[in-house]
Amino acid sequence: MLVLALDTATPAVTAGVVALADGSVPRTLARRTTVNARAHGELLTPHVREVVAEAGITLAELHAVVVGAGPGPFTGLRVGMVTAATFGHALDRPVYPVGTLDAIAVAVDGAEPLLVATDARRREVYWAAYDAAGNRVTGPHVQRPADLAERLPELAVRRAAGQGAELYADLLGLPVAQPWHPSPDALVAVAAKDLLTGADPAPLTPLYLRRPDAEVPVARKRVTRP
Amino acid sequence: MSERIVLGIESSCDETGVGVVRLYDDGRVELLADEVASSVEQHARFGGVVPEVASRAHLEAMIPTARRALAASGLGLEDVHSVAVTAGPGLAGALLVGLASAKAYAAVLGKPLYGVNHLAGHVAADTVQHGPLPSPCLALLVSGGHTQLLLVEDLATKITEIGSTIDDAAGEAYDKVARVLNLPYPGGPPIDRLAKQGNPEAIAFPRGLTGPRDAKYDFSFSGLKTAVARWVEERERAGEPIPLADVAASFQEAVADVLTAKAVRAATELGVGTLVISGGVAANSRLSGLAGERCAEAGIELRVPRPRLCTDNGAMIAALGAHLVAADVAPSELDIAADPALPVSTVSI
Ligand SMILES: Nc1ncnc2c1ncn2[C@@H]1O[C@H](COP(=O)(O)OP(=O)(O)OP(=O)(O)O)[C@@H](O)[C@H]1O
Ligand SMILES: [Mg+2]
Repeated sequence: MLVLALDTATPAVTAGVVALADGSVPRTLARRTTVNARAHGELLTPHVREVVAEAGITLAELHAVVVGAGPGPFTGLRVGMVTAATFGHALDRPVYPVGTLDAIAVAVDGAEPLLVATDARRREVYWAAYDAAGNRVTGPHVQRPADLAERLPELAVRRAAGQGAELYADLLGLPVAQPWHPSPDALVAVAAKDLLTGADPAPLTPLYLRRPDAEVPVARKRVTRP
Repeated sequence: MSERIVLGIESSCDETGVGVVRLYDDGRVELLADEVASSVEQHARFGGVVPEVASRAHLEAMIPTARRALAASGLGLEDVHSVAVTAGPGLAGALLVGLASAKAYAAVLGKPLYGVNHLAGHVAADTVQHGPLPSPCLALLVSGGHTQLLLVEDLATKITEIGSTIDDAAGEAYDKVARVLNLPYPGGPPIDRLAKQGNPEAIAFPRGLTGPRDAKYDFSFSGLKTAVARWVEERERAGEPIPLADVAASFQEAVADVLTAKAVRAATELGVGTLVISGGVAANSRLSGLAGERCAEAGIELRVPRPRLCTDNGAMIAALGAHLVAADVAPSELDIAADPALPVSTVSI
């Protein structure tokens, strides 16, 4: 089956066409990734058109859409989610959300407990921890790197992946493996079982992990002096 | 080439709107669907729109609203000829949700995308109710974020701002005065209701920028808001009851008086025979009433779309898109960016 894979939960704007068949690993037919944290809205749909053309198919030949549901900075994350939802509606195809950190984890070679961390801005990271078999044991969370560093002994992770791990490598003290961002085949790999069995997709709920910044106003300011 | 269907998407503030219109060869635009999901209740306790709350609501509402609009129109996506979407002005994060969705629809359908101006959309709203606009006409745009006088020579290509507020928008003044009077947000509807029971001449509130040397087509409402607050605070300090209905009526009279006086003066001086009033505040009963009287005296045709079309909606964006299609304006590229500060003179990008 042919799957459109999208992710905008990191500074990378990612789109790819991936071939998925029972019993073999997902294979990327075409992929575009542009690292530009401020251009998700501009680049994503043009990237989709490019990868579809490069894969030699039409949008109508796609069987499903997979999208990274975060966690990630809100505005960029929403671009991927609403774009995926719209492709799903317009093409009448299912859309499967997957954890963006899971898609980074699945692409790391080797079998050792792993930490995945991406940049959450405001001097924090989004993170999750995985065991040697690749199962997520905790997360996703959003935390300051120093607080995450304190939890590392208990997590017993041996290495890390993701741009957040690279950014705060000194604090975390873990060797950092590639990738920094999720790839199309990795996004599809995380959803492979559901895709192949035709399972009902989970709701398209973004993983914000933070509440909106909003303050209930205190008493109105007076214009005259009491 | 007859009967082209335009889908319109709006997400600039706290309303997710999807509209469907049909454009006829003679330029008429027929409204087929107008679905809106509002997050206004989620903002009420904050006393104003919280951008991140609005953006989250847009994401949740976008596809369901589009599905409802298509169902209401009785058409399928395959019938759509063009997709129009608000590209600005508005809240950056909110705009991006509608724009990203519109791009994906356009890409799947292989149909043109028009990134359009929200303010021009407010003017276009009137055409689905009252037919094509004569050229030129004058538009008074009064909403939560804007108060402008626009000379509209061509809805699709030539809109010129001839005046605007130098501080608060008219709707903003309503919302701020509502807080002073302990009325709920948004403040327009409760003040409008209260004012009907009050005396509009009870308190002489100031009319901003109406002196002989003031910019004749510009507006100012922040002094009015402060004057209302001062008047109320002085009564409170003296332990006197506040005559809420009289305050509301007198405030509303000041707003309607300045808006209509300046709009009618501009139309007369510029020799324009038609005035369109649009935007959320156009729903105000006194504004449309007084505008009706003054336009009749001056021999100006007044057009005010029904309230549902005055507040933010997708139908007005679809209508503006239809006018762009009819005028053969070049569509937008799929890599356009939202522009939170898009000037009204830029009708499409
Ligand atoms: N009957 C009324 N009388 C006066 N004001 C009203 C009335 N009904 C609504 N309003 C005001 O209209 C405003 C909302 O209008 P609208 O939805 O067009 O604005 P917006 O979309 O927030 O702003 P903009 O279009 O400039 O981005 C609010 O300030 C509200 O108080
Ligand atoms: Mg508006």
